[in-house]
Amino acid sequence: MDILQNLFYGIGVALSLQNLLYCFIGVLVGTLIGVLPGIGPLATIAMLLPITYNIPPVAALIMLAGIYYGAQYGGSTTSILVNLPGETSSVVTCIDGYQMARQGRAGVALAIAAIGSFIAGTICTMLIAMIGPSVAEYALKFGSPEYFSLMLLGLVTAAVLAQGDMLKSLAMMFLGLMLGIVGSDVDTGIKRFTFGFFELADGIGFVVIAVGVFAVGEIISNLSETEERMVFTSKVGSLYPTLQDLKQAIAPILRGTAFGAFFGVLPGTGPSIASFGSYMIEKKIADDPSRFGHGAIEGVAGPESANNADAQCKFIPMLTLGIPASGTMALMLGALMIHGITPGPSVMVQQPALFWGLIASMWIGNLMLVVLNLPLVGLWVSLLKVPYRMLFPAIMVFSAIGIYSTNNTSFDVYLAAIFGILGIMWRLFGCSPIPMLLGFVLGPMMEENLRRALQVSEGDPSVFLTRPISLAFLIATALVLIVMVMPAVRKRRDDITG
Amino acid sequence: MVERLLKNKDFWAGVMFIGFGAAAMFIARDYRFGSAKLMGPGFFPTILGGILVGFGVCITAVGLLRGEKIQERLSIRALVLLPLSLILFGLLVQSAGFIPAIAVLMFIAALSGRQFRFLEVLVLTGILVVATVSLFIWGLGLPYPLFKGF
Repeated sequence: MDILQNLFYGIGVALSLQNLLYCFIGVLVGTLIGVLPGIGPLATIAMLLPITYNIPPVAALIMLAGIYYGAQYGGSTTSILVNLPGETSSVVTCIDGYQMARQGRAGVALAIAAIGSFIAGTICTMLIAMIGPSVAEYALKFGSPEYFSLMLLGLVTAAVLAQGDMLKSLAMMFLGLMLGIVGSDVDTGIKRFTFGFFELADGIGFVVIAVGVFAVGEIISNLSETEERMVFTSKVGSLYPTLQDLKQAIAPILRGTAFGAFFGVLPGTGPSIASFGSYMIEKKIADDPSRFGHGAIEGVAGPESANNADAQCKFIPMLTLGIPASGTMALMLGALMIHGITPGPSVMVQQPALFWGLIASMWIGNLMLVVLNLPLVGLWVSLLKVPYRMLFPAIMVFSAIGIYSTNNTSFDVYLAAIFGILGIMWRLFGCSPIPMLLGFVLGPMMEENLRRALQVSEGDPSVFLTRPISLAFLIATALVLIVMVMPAVRKRRDDITG
Repeated sequence: MVERLLKNKDFWAGVMFIGFGAAAMFIARDYRFGSAKLMGPGFFPTILGGILVGFGVCITAVGLLRGEKIQERLSIRALVLLPLSLILFGLLVQSAGFIPAIAVLMFIAALSGRQFRFLEVLVLTGILVVATVSLFIWGLGLPYPLFKGF
């Protein structure tokens, strides 16, 4: 009964007044940016990272996590009501959710999305509580070679599963590793790639890269496109699904959860893959597939559960192994590091309050979302009327203050401007910046583990192949690469990620 | 031919990776390479640089073969004005104070959009100044002077 004991301990942590407050702020901000198109959880979390310096790490992580899953939730609200996905993960919800809304069943669609997300969240919380400790315990035995190979597996998987050209994603990952080693070398203290700037001695700031690429770069990109806004038309209608609705939805919810949980632990697969996959399965096994696209409740229940399950299970590799499975998780790792916590399996042992508190807070946060969202739907939708031209300068202001306040130096602000330009350049060239961010976070740790592994083996690189666990990771890495270059798989992947 | 190369997506991506990789290798010459047993500070960057150059060459080749064009549009106005607004913020926050820095940042950033309405931006600036000053200066206690040198 360790699991229950741990969960209750976590709930105790999460229910402290301070943590509840930050959880609430997190899901509120998350819903807000989820509703607003043009700003995503990645940019928001990056922008708000500096604010979390002043609050305890548990509260900081709880808030950032709330932004993350809250955003997904807000995204589905606008998908259903105005056929406008706030986040990519809710694109497929538009298909049947908006049709339901047009049939006057918007309230039911929203409620089913909420119930599905909540069930998925509950199951995944239990899942993390069950498998998290054993994964971490196992990983505690890892030496440097195992770690190096594991990080390589995580990064390569993330790069090949990420959207866009595989070759370029892999190259971006290596570029990220490179950017990660800017600054003083841990071993010798020699300053590398600092170009004489003392501000770079501690490396490029995490916030600088994240805000530069994902806030500034994103805005330049948005301003380059023509602005389109849909206007809210349909009525919300009754919020209460009938018994028949629930009966129809429960199986898709459970299947979606399983699907999302599976893809959640895989690095690089965004929530959109989980939700698309769930939608396709529901359509395939339905008695009457022609109902899909015309307001089938399964088409909302499945994908919405899947993307929530995915979001939550992404925390498993991040918390237990210190491997970020997505851009947002890389930011979470950054938040841990900012607070002086070294990510990895030891987090659970050394910071039990953080681990269990965070997990329990996600469950509580999901409950808050249900309560917060259903009655306030009208308010969220009216926010859609805020035009982007008023939104982006505000984002710039918060970004600038966030960057400047990290080290109180203007240098970081200038550097963020450069990364904004790099960010838009990468977008033009079709290079996904996410693998770069993951590489950037893991760069220093990878170098350190490579160095240590080779030191112990007296410079013999076969150490990575003779240790069984390390070998298993490397074989898995090779398999991932081989499978993804097979033409059939490649085509399917392109179909799913579009 | 030249014009097609200028718009070739993969070609430029490849050139960029080669550039980053080669620069890293070049700079890392000054750092001791060491050996596999005792990795010097130059070991990891040199290898990474080499890998990047390798990827760059492949991607450039793919670009020349496939010739996929850059499709995304780019607003030059935003590309120039948004980074500029950040740079001005960085300069002003130290020389003129927090409030002037935010005001200038707001206006320059707003100018980079397609529609610019002076009154709207003015009101928005007012709201944001109040919001950020109460949140960051009074709330979180960041030690920045609101005005400087006036």
